[in-house]
Amino acid sequence: METTPNEYAHIIGWGVDADPQNEPTYPMKNYTGDDHQRLNYDRPAQQPTTVEILKSNERPNLTAVFGTSSPPSGLSGAIRRYAFRSSESEYGHWLPLLLADRVNVVEGIIDDLSRGHIPNIFAEKGWKAEWKHNPKGLTQKVLIGAAVTTAIVALLYRKNSTKKSGRLALLSKKLRHR
Amino acid sequence: MLAMNYRGPFRVRADHKPYPELLHPSDAIVRVTRSCICGSDLHLYHGLVPDTRVGMTFGHEFIGVVEEIGSSVEKLKVGDNVIVPFNVACGNCTFCKQGLFGNCHESNPQATAVGGIFGYSHTAGGYDGGQAEFVRVPYADVGPTVIPDWMDHDDAVLLTDVVPTGYQAAEMGGIKKGDTVVVFGAGPVGILAAKCAWLFGAGRVIVIDHLEYRLDFVRNYAQCEAYNFRSMEDPVLFIKKTTDWFGADVCIDAVGGDAAGSALQTITGRKLMLQAGSATALHWAINSVKKGGIVSIVGVYGPTDNLVPIGNVVNKGITIRANQASVKRLLPRLIDHIQAGRLNPKGIITHRVPLEEVSDAYHIFSAKRDNCIKPVLIPPSARK
Ligand SMILES: NC(=O)c1ccc[n+]([C@@H]2O[C@H](COP(=O)([O-])OP(=O)(O)OC[C@H]3O[C@@H](n4cnc5c(N)ncnc54)[C@H](O)[C@@H]3O)[C@@H](O)[C@H]2O)c1
Ligand SMILES: [Zn+2]
Ligand SMILES: [Zn+2]
Repeated sequence: METTPNEYAHIIGWGVDADPQNEPTYPMKNYTGDDHQRLNYDRPAQQPTTVEILKSNERPNLTAVFGTSSPPSGLSGAIRRYAFRSSESEYGHWLPLLLADRVNVVEGIIDDLSRGHIPNIFAEKGWKAEWKHNPKGLTQKVLIGAAVTTAIVALLYRKNSTKKSGRLALLSKKLRHR
Repeated sequence: MLAMNYRGPFRVRADHKPYPELLHPSDAIVRVTRSCICGSDLHLYHGLVPDTRVGMTFGHEFIGVVEEIGSSVEKLKVGDNVIVPFNVACGNCTFCKQGLFGNCHESNPQATAVGGIFGYSHTAGGYDGGQAEFVRVPYADVGPTVIPDWMDHDDAVLLTDVVPTGYQAAEMGGIKKGDTVVVFGAGPVGILAAKCAWLFGAGRVIVIDHLEYRLDFVRNYAQCEAYNFRSMEDPVLFIKKTTDWFGADVCIDAVGGDAAGSALQTITGRKLMLQAGSATALHWAINSVKKGGIVSIVGVYGPTDNLVPIGNVVNKGITIRANQASVKRLLPRLIDHIQAGRLNPKGIITHRVPLEEVSDAYHIFSAKRDNCIKPVLIPPSARK
């Protein structure tokens, strides 16, 4: 074995995996030639389908195993089913899936409420940790949020009240003319 | 059982969920003893990965004890302590046979472009993951590896992903003795990539990030140079200058789609999602590697597309190598490295958090609070 050049003596294991023959490296390295057999390898037993599984249209069958988490449901499920009509190469596949993910968030909140659980969104977002490690940042965020909300409310209120006072003026005018 | 539950972007919580079932003869049920949060989970947490469904449990970096085995499982027995690679792999398809365990063709019906990954959206197979007390592990005879008696379980849990990924990032770089290797990203993956680059005989290792605490950490942990891209006008120019106007021999992207550093990329990639995450680090990698050099990508991007200077790849004759790490293939060598003291994975763990506090753990890791490098979740049943 070659000795470690002096300048790297402080690095334990310097160069132990250096291999000039390792070219090309992985992933081409262990080519078996079996690629030309395509999908004709011994397949494992098939997992029974117990929930709805959406399948990429770029393959002929379900894979031998798959996950069964959160099957498609509701409106987001319908959008996901639609997405799976397009191949993985199409925007028509991925963009509807992203949309479905956002719809699913609303469904999640409705689902929580229907189970009598009011989601504590601040806790879910880890605001407790934020308060501990970045109280200034969080305070700023809350203050900015509060300021923006107050401004919006004030604006709406003013619009409303001008409308109202306008209507009142009109009414009194009408009354006077009677 | 207690499990992490995804409720939407930036919203996760610990909930009670049903105990997992054996669904295939090759399955095992594993009682989780440790489970990490990964930079890859952040792409899910930030809502960047299509088909991330509400109600899913994340977690692809976990170890635990075998609780139950299916009828065809032969190599594992109940009570074994196992490292579970993040890839779900059959071991028998053409791809697995070539050592491409991250590209198995029998573990993900929803997409052909990626193999199955535990707890990583339906685009990676729809498996509930290991940030839970129990988890279903298919192909139990293929991936799971019994933890050697002498091994610290904190080292073992990092063998499920970040150590093999960092190692493979360096391996795919085809590093020659004396090469200058630039690693973008000083997260757990970049830190390990920098460390492993030396094993392949790198002559100089440079890490680029913008978080000072991580740069300080990697300088010390991986005995390398580390620079803040915020303090330089143009990181590509910086690398050109520091390599005698030549370019690095190898560049590694250990950042992926959550990259900072370019307003245009951030807005189009992370905010508007017009591309599959922001490709800033990859852009820099392509432009700062030498002509004929190698760019090794382990940073994760979404499945649509990204803005990268592909013309420069052509004009400079760059080789791009990239993959999900093939954990199972690399485990024997990495176990050797740990035993010989060449790698010390557990040194990167900064946070141990009860699974019940999963919301806080995600926030701390995502927002890079409290000098966080690697958080580990510990389920209640593992704390007794
Ligand atoms: N291929 C695989 O098998 C595999 C496995 C695990 C993780 N990953 C991917 O590796 C990447 C890193 O994972 P991690 O756990 O270290 O994540 P992390 O989020 O902890 O680290 C990413 C680091 O990149 C830094 N960064 C952001 N923009 C940058 C830029 N333009 N240039 C340089 N650095 C920049 C961040 O500050 C952060 O420190 C993620 O994309 C993850 O999905 C891939
Ligand atoms: Zn990971
Ligand atoms: Zn396979």
